[in-house]
Amino acid sequence: MKKQLKRGCRLVKALLLLISFSLISVFPSYAAIEELEFSSKEDRERYKKLTDELRCPMCMNSNLSGSDAPIAADLREEIYSQISKGNSDAEIIDFMQARYGDFILYQPPLNKGTLLLWFGPIILLLLGMLFIRKLFARSVNNAIAALSPAEEAQLQALLDDGFINEKTNSLKKSS
Amino acid sequence: MIPEFGNFAIILALGLSLMLSVVPMLGAARRQLQWMQTARTLTTGVFVFMLAAFIALAWSFLQDDFSVAYIARNSNTALPTYYKLAAVWGAHEGSLLLWVLILSLWGFAVSVFSKDLPIDMVSRVLSVMGMVEVGFIGFLLFTSNPFERSLLNIPTEGADLNPLLQDFGLTVHPPFLYMGYVGFSVAFAFAIAALLSGRLDAAWSRWSRPWTNAAWSFLTIGIALGSWWAYYELGWGGWWFWDPVENVSFMPWLVGTALIHSLAVTEKRGVFKSWTVLLAIGAFSLSLLGAFIVRSGVITSVHAFAVDPERGLVLLCLLLLIIGGSLLLYALRAPVVAGNSVYGEQSRELYLLLNNIILVVSMAMILLGTLYPLIHEAIYGEANKVSVGPPYFNTLFVPLMGGMSFLLGIAVFTRWKRTPVNHLISSLRPLLLLSIVLGLALPLILQAEFKISVVVALALALWITATLLMDIRNKVRNKASFMNGLLSLGRAYWGMQLAHFGLAVIICGICLTSQYSVEDDVRMQPGDEHEIEEYVFKFEGVREIVGPNYDAQAATITVTKSGEPYLTLQPEKRRYRARGDVQTEADIDVGLFRDLFTALGDPRGDDAWVVRIHVKPFVFWIWLGAFFMATGGVLAILDKRYRRERIRKNSRLDNSSVVSNTIAINEAGNVSTKSFDSNETRGLVEERV
Amino acid sequence: MNSSHRGLLFIPAGFFLLMLLLLGKALFWNQREIPSALLNRPLPEFSKPTLDNPNQTITAAGLRGDILIMNVWATWCPPCHAEHPHLVRISENEPDLVFVGVNYKDDAEAAGEFINTRGNPFAYILTDVDGKLGIELGVRGAPETFVVDREGFIRFKYEGAIDENVWQEKFVPVISQLN
Repeated sequence: MKKQLKRGCRLVKALLLLISFSLISVFPSYAAIEELEFSSKEDRERYKKLTDELRCPMCMNSNLSGSDAPIAADLREEIYSQISKGNSDAEIIDFMQARYGDFILYQPPLNKGTLLLWFGPIILLLLGMLFIRKLFARSVNNAIAALSPAEEAQLQALLDDGFINEKTNSLKKSS
Repeated sequence: MIPEFGNFAIILALGLSLMLSVVPMLGAARRQLQWMQTARTLTTGVFVFMLAAFIALAWSFLQDDFSVAYIARNSNTALPTYYKLAAVWGAHEGSLLLWVLILSLWGFAVSVFSKDLPIDMVSRVLSVMGMVEVGFIGFLLFTSNPFERSLLNIPTEGADLNPLLQDFGLTVHPPFLYMGYVGFSVAFAFAIAALLSGRLDAAWSRWSRPWTNAAWSFLTIGIALGSWWAYYELGWGGWWFWDPVENVSFMPWLVGTALIHSLAVTEKRGVFKSWTVLLAIGAFSLSLLGAFIVRSGVITSVHAFAVDPERGLVLLCLLLLIIGGSLLLYALRAPVVAGNSVYGEQSRELYLLLNNIILVVSMAMILLGTLYPLIHEAIYGEANKVSVGPPYFNTLFVPLMGGMSFLLGIAVFTRWKRTPVNHLISSLRPLLLLSIVLGLALPLILQAEFKISVVVALALALWITATLLMDIRNKVRNKASFMNGLLSLGRAYWGMQLAHFGLAVIICGICLTSQYSVEDDVRMQPGDEHEIEEYVFKFEGVREIVGPNYDAQAATITVTKSGEPYLTLQPEKRRYRARGDVQTEADIDVGLFRDLFTALGDPRGDDAWVVRIHVKPFVFWIWLGAFFMATGGVLAILDKRYRRERIRKNSRLDNSSVVSNTIAINEAGNVSTKSFDSNETRGLVEERV
Repeated sequence: MNSSHRGLLFIPAGFFLLMLLLLGKALFWNQREIPSALLNRPLPEFSKPTLDNPNQTITAAGLRGDILIMNVWATWCPPCHAEHPHLVRISENEPDLVFVGVNYKDDAEAAGEFINTRGNPFAYILTDVDGKLGIELGVRGAPETFVVDREGFIRFKYEGAIDENVWQEKFVPVISQLN
């Protein structure tokens, strides 16, 4: 244990040195490899998911499973013992969040402060779709006059077929 | 002496690029032929001197000239020669030199392959590239000079190259990545030149296409190499972490992909011009933003370079000038009305625009997620910092890409302007059913655990594959013979299909490896065995190895497959002498259908070690798919339509035959005279003039 | 040309400028600093043996009533070595404050030796061999120093080595507010 700690400290020192000399790349130099026994396959998967989705509080940007910083090892151990005790994922995440803040969650919680983060892209996608609808609705309206009788019949056949989408619907109305 | 020579070469390159950014541009504005003709010479000059500077730095590395501060920090006499060369771009200053060298190389390439372009266009394009060069050569020279000397205290030994970089994957990763990033400067310069001259026509989009494809192909390979390196070098078995630095390489790729598709529409139909120009500016701007994020340390990332706010501030000013200036030009000069083109409700235009929207929304999502910790801190203060990581990005990115893959299948079938809906539905319905049935059946046939995500992903990959095969069949059907038909399809068509097939391959790879990988970390004593599926891994023990600049412990793991001896894997744990860094070297047996991944952990007493043993099905397909994509991009560049001889020959023919000839190639056999379009004619005629 | 449409074309430039402002501001933020999630929350409950007498235990409740300076340290941590003499001097100058050491994931013998030879700034030294108290406190590494008020609430946390300057700049203002 002690030896590990010393090595961990050396590593932290080396990392700090790296930063201070403004050199490249502050990667954890190797991922944590540990053998653990679980009572079930589900528990093993839960452990993997939790250590993958919680952030190592000491590192530049890596999860608990990908870091060999001493604190990451301690937190992994904590997660392991809590899983063994039968705690739920939500309990474990709450435990970590209470002590290390939202910072430790790689999946940011949905709250007032993250509304933009979670819904921004969805709103943008909807806006884009709306824009396309407008653009193509306009041009389809322009094109209506150009529909030949044959095409008109084709359209009718389609509608009868039950393959109605909104656009063909609006098309029919406007014609 | 050599470092001074290199320094001098950079200064000369700066001077030439200053001239390049002014003289040809003025010449184009004032119609001064002689001024315009300097563009090619000056571009060549900048390239030659940047190359000289690069060679000077490489030479100094080989000579172990530790009086150069950069070399003292990043090399060592014990470093193998190959890595001494790679160390040239191992840290900020040298990699920036490579960045600028590649920028000047692209400029040089444009000047060589632009013999058919009007001289005013060439001079504007090269001049815009010259402006970017001025900015970055200046940044290199004044804030990040790799030739800076420390002559008073010359170290006798260097601090060595970061061990993580002492690896083949990471030596070739930056050059490819920069070729991609910087390559978008060409499309950018074409867009700016077109805005300046007010000629946003089909010719402009046609000229931009091969350059965009080239940059995009390089970037694809560059990103794939980076992810491959992360996979085998970090010993963590993952291949993508949505780290800010990974994200900033992915964003220009997404916009570049959108640009490739949007350019196709603009060339063929003369629409979406403003949008295409914006994408061309966007792709390069995101590359620059990436350079800023990586080199300023503004966002906490595992791979960031120097953390130096002052350097960051200079870069930020450069960004303001280059991107801000071009976006302002865009706002003032881009055409507002898209023309009165008629969009059909089920047309290729519609689907390419949908593809663009999804790609750009994906990029915006990644940008938002990457910057969100900063946005949150700016709004709510530093009391409660948030992290945005893989769960966020995966949650939003996977459905977006799923939707795009589905639309891709339809898009391949659509035609320009309008596609009869009943034709579309009748040909696609059986394919869709087939994909879903096969997607359901495949896991059963392979006796894999049933997972709904696997079914969906497989169905999408099959859907892409099925539609593209059907499309090829449709195109070949009316030809005299099958082979004849295949040969008549243009290279651009094959490129497109190959790149799309690459996407299907990547989808399979990502989904199967993330769902079906077996990942075990086990404690093993010599003689212990661990069984995963038909493979038995036997730990034979650990021995000491002495490398050129490291000492290592190497484990020997013999693998038997279904009882038969199969192979031996030797994962290492290295300790680099100069820095004392410890580094795992995973040993992987790469296979088409599964990788056997082993990495060595810590000793646990009694000769026991912790060993990481993964069996990862189909993981290789991720990089195989990326390779297909990049190859597709290259194939498209080789298409006949971009070849000079062809155009020259055409120009001697009469007008109508030029048009029909070219359309026949463009449409790859799927042409009806209906798709003949006045825009296209205009573009071609302009091109001939 | 439609002027309202022309306005739309300025959107990318606007977004870009906003982003640039943000990035320019953020350049000067310290991304490595992460404020404690326990600020203005009660000191977590614990019961830990002391370094000099493993039979004597100290609880969070037992420490209430004084302003505490809780210093997480270990002999394996070089910055802790650097800050130790400063801590000794500061504790001598601040008789009203109760300095509590948390010997974090350390070897008891080495820690005792360290205190004996280099002076003891602490009124109590708790031992946290397995680092559980460290996790309760949201500790990321060593050294870290907490200021706890008389009601037992955590009011401030500092990461890294303390010296007289840091003490004057960061700690004194917080403590003077508590008095």
